[in-house]
Amino acid sequence: MLAFLTGPMFWIALVVFVAGLAARGVWYVRGLNWQLDRVAYRAHPRAGIRGALRSIFYWLVPMGTRGWRVQPFMTVVFFVFHAGVVAIPLFLLAHTVFLAEKFGAWLPAMPQPAADVLAWAAAACIILLALRRIALPEVRILTDLQDWLILLLTAAPFVTGLFARYDAAGYESWMIAHVLSGEILLIAAPFTRLNHILLFFLSRAQLGADYGIKRGGLKGTDVAW
Amino acid sequence: MAEMSLCNRRPVNDEETLKALLSDTGGKEYYKQMESLDVDTDLLWSTISKTMNSRLKTWLSLCAHCGMCADSCFLYRISDRDPTQVPAYKIQSTLGEIVKRKGKVDNAFMRRAMEYAWARCTCCNRCGLYCPHGIDMGVMFSYLRGLLYQQGFVPWEMKIGAGMHRVYQAQMDVTDEDFVETFKWMVEEYEEDYPGLAVPVDKQGADILYTVNAREVKHYPEDLAEAAILFHLAGADWTVASKGWELTSLAMFAGDWEACRLQVQSVYDAMERLRPRRMVGTECGHAHRATVVEGPYWAGREDGLTPVPSIHYVEWLAEALREGKLKIDPKKRLKVPVTLQDSCNYVRNHGLRDIVREILSYIVEPGCFRDMDPSKEHNYCCGGGGGFNGIGLYRAERNKALITKRDQILNTGAELVVAPCHNCWDAIRDMVEEYHIPVKWSFLKPLVISMVEIPDHLKPKE
Repeated sequence: MLAFLTGPMFWIALVVFVAGLAARGVWYVRGLNWQLDRVAYRAHPRAGIRGALRSIFYWLVPMGTRGWRVQPFMTVVFFVFHAGVVAIPLFLLAHTVFLAEKFGAWLPAMPQPAADVLAWAAAACIILLALRRIALPEVRILTDLQDWLILLLTAAPFVTGLFARYDAAGYESWMIAHVLSGEILLIAAPFTRLNHILLFFLSRAQLGADYGIKRGGLKGTDVAW
Repeated sequence: MAEMSLCNRRPVNDEETLKALLSDTGGKEYYKQMESLDVDTDLLWSTISKTMNSRLKTWLSLCAHCGMCADSCFLYRISDRDPTQVPAYKIQSTLGEIVKRKGKVDNAFMRRAMEYAWARCTCCNRCGLYCPHGIDMGVMFSYLRGLLYQQGFVPWEMKIGAGMHRVYQAQMDVTDEDFVETFKWMVEEYEEDYPGLAVPVDKQGADILYTVNAREVKHYPEDLAEAAILFHLAGADWTVASKGWELTSLAMFAGDWEACRLQVQSVYDAMERLRPRRMVGTECGHAHRATVVEGPYWAGREDGLTPVPSIHYVEWLAEALREGKLKIDPKKRLKVPVTLQDSCNYVRNHGLRDIVREILSYIVEPGCFRDMDPSKEHNYCCGGGGGFNGIGLYRAERNKALITKRDQILNTGAELVVAPCHNCWDAIRDMVEEYHIPVKWSFLKPLVISMVEIPDHLKPKE
């Protein structure tokens, strides 16, 4: 079972993930329209790219924007959570070994204690994000089933991975659940709001280009995100 | 169902229809008819299919429902944090729901959507600065307004306003003759004080083509004279167009995109006809946004630019002061605490945040300027933007919406609010009236005239 999941199934999941997101990205970019969006993308490529990069950059920096600074609790939870869900899958030692086996190239591995702290912190943030959804009326009113589904999909590989790490007796079963849930996450990404893995960058770039071209960029004003 | 006489899907294209609408005081009959207005669901869905592209679809589907936009919305903040005032909820439960139901929505839904589109969003675009995914709900609400307008679910004043543009190419029933005559008459009124003061009409190849807000012609003609005086004192080579002189666009507030196109095209035609070096528009926010920022797109100009470079009045004024064409008498500078209302439409939406402050550095005594908190592109809407000021049906909501700005102003301790935007100016006037706060408010032109030095050769002869 584990051999199948880490073998053919891994490749299937990865192909769905990459191809699905790529298709979503191509559809997005091709669908942009200077007149409907009222942004002259082609006429001012430099200003557009500059605005796009600024927009992505400032939002990737913790407290880099006014939006982040005015909601420090959410910002900390958000960044720790995302640091965990991006860094652990790629840089945990066990994962780098696995990826090196598949691709023949080594990613640098993070020290195990750091990985432990990050994994637990990310898990804690998942709980905090769930509590935030329930506790805050302005978030509760927006929340739908898919929000819970994707939070669950994201939590599953973490929880199972942590159990696999500490529960030596049940290792094999936890590993099956871990790999399976990770692959479900990859397969689900293009078809759910998890597609923000890619679309975050594209959507931010679009609004950045809008500001960079139309809303002041050509006047020499960089919007203070 | 029989087509209704006042409330229907037909845009207003003639004077007769306009008059019929205007005679229905407050839109009483109009709104009554709206209660039985059909929704053309096929038209709604085909319009969405044609005009909703990947950006809008992605904005709707990508929203992470994180609620970080909530606090960015002043209407949410002054509504005791009512969750139904969260921007993401407002757009998801209107436009999002229309898309989800493939346009199959009923009359009650559309009337609710109308309230959301015009009384719960001023299209100030502030929320767009606070969404991690870069989702600009103001842009989506503007799109929703277009769908609602097409279906006839539009506030009475907005239907009339868009109709005015279609009939008069102006937001009010001001004809081209009215404009030229009023401008000339106002200039004559001041000729004695400013010898040689004139308004050059339809001059070819001038440095500046000046465009105005029809309201100035109809209700505030002093503003025209003030513009003429300052151009005169600065020695500017300027002109106005006898056709295509109106900068504003209530059609933009209404979501009548065809009227928007017609309106800005009339100004662009004047630019092409008179070939000025540049266009300067009056102290108005939405008008600048309509004609300079959005207009090129309505008119199908692929570079997103107007036929000749077009600037806001504050940009011209800053230049004239910077270059010494207008000289301020330092003794007459403002010595009371002064604050500034940043107009969403040209500050957040066109980056003109520093230039107005530059003007204030010339006309306000050092130490007397108090910025609002927050300010510049993060400033809040005056409370009356996006047409909110003008809609009688939502007067109570608008008055409540002024609270944010009222408190922002009071917190600065300023006695004077400089408001270089007609909408903001109106909102602040109404706020002072409604809440009896001890502040004065002003456009820039009268302030500058009160302190500008008149060069000897332009002084009246004794």
